[in-house]
Amino acid sequence: MRDEQIKRYARQIIMPEIGVKGQKKLLESRVLVVGAGGLGSPAIQYLAGAGVGFLGIADGDAVDISNLQRQTIHAGNLGMNKAESAKKFVEELNPDVEVEVYPFHLSPENIRDIVRGYDVVLDCTDNFVSRFLINDACVIEGIPFVHSAVLRFEGEIMTIIPGESACYRCVFAHAPPPGSVPTCQEAGVVGATVGVLGTLQAVEAIKILLNIGEPLKNRMLHVDLLTMDFTELKLKKNPECPVCSGKVREIIPEKYAESCQL
Amino acid sequence: MIKVKFPSVFVQITGKRRIEVDGAEKVSDLLEKLFQDFPKLKDRLLKDGELTPFINIFVNGEDIRHLNGLETKLSDGDEVTFIPAISGG
Repeated sequence: MRDEQIKRYARQIIMPEIGVKGQKKLLESRVLVVGAGGLGSPAIQYLAGAGVGFLGIADGDAVDISNLQRQTIHAGNLGMNKAESAKKFVEELNPDVEVEVYPFHLSPENIRDIVRGYDVVLDCTDNFVSRFLINDACVIEGIPFVHSAVLRFEGEIMTIIPGESACYRCVFAHAPPPGSVPTCQEAGVVGATVGVLGTLQAVEAIKILLNIGEPLKNRMLHVDLLTMDFTELKLKKNPECPVCSGKVREIIPEKYAESCQL
Repeated sequence: MIKVKFPSVFVQITGKRRIEVDGAEKVSDLLEKLFQDFPKLKDRLLKDGELTPFINIFVNGEDIRHLNGLETKLSDGDEVTFIPAISGG
């Protein structure tokens, strides 16, 4: 490591859990953040700051003024593609980080090629179809990923290590009918809620990359920030889960039109 | 007393996020009592008489699907949490 890097990462290197060895590992690591919105913004910010050497950022949307209440990395970039805007932020914060931008929405056709080659994927999306796509692609490809979702003051987070832990489909078998679950656009979200959950996703990614601590494997943390209630839920692999039982080995695009039922 | 925690999507029906319910010996008793007090909750939780797959019920942090389903016994002080699928990000 260069002198400047030793200074930049001093607060991490000094910790026994990270040290020079851990910092080098982070600099050699590759994380894909799918969605550079509410969850993705804080996650990208802390992963870039920590010196994760290669960040993939996928988002097909453009920055809108209604995003800035929570997506603070996009300051000054109204109208720009969110993945491009996030890249600009990362480059200003930390030149050690190389960014690959995917300025489009992930689809059944492209998802496996994109997640392949990453050490960890963060699901920072805002819809059920993308969540099931990421789950299924990461389990098939054997890539650890961190799921999180939010609404109003509430959020949930779980880490999936394919082959070892329950996957998202073990918890929710398929997507609810459209319109039955309110989105943040319909029901609202407090910026700080995504800040908390997206930051937790970044922490989980760092733990997985460095193989330290206890990731949220077979556990879901549910937080209600209105009452400051943090509940840990125990999860188990569903033996009948079509994806993590290994029965489903391909992403079949027609299955992801709406319900994601396999 | 059984402690019950509702997610925010239920609050327009229940008015509260946490309540306590007396006299429920199993999860199905608890649901019956909740449906009496909050009839609209029934449409949210049941579809064709079955629990919807989009809302999971946990007793003391354990999914009732891995316990005894609706027959899961409850005792004084137990905590029941409803976790719906949410997708915001």
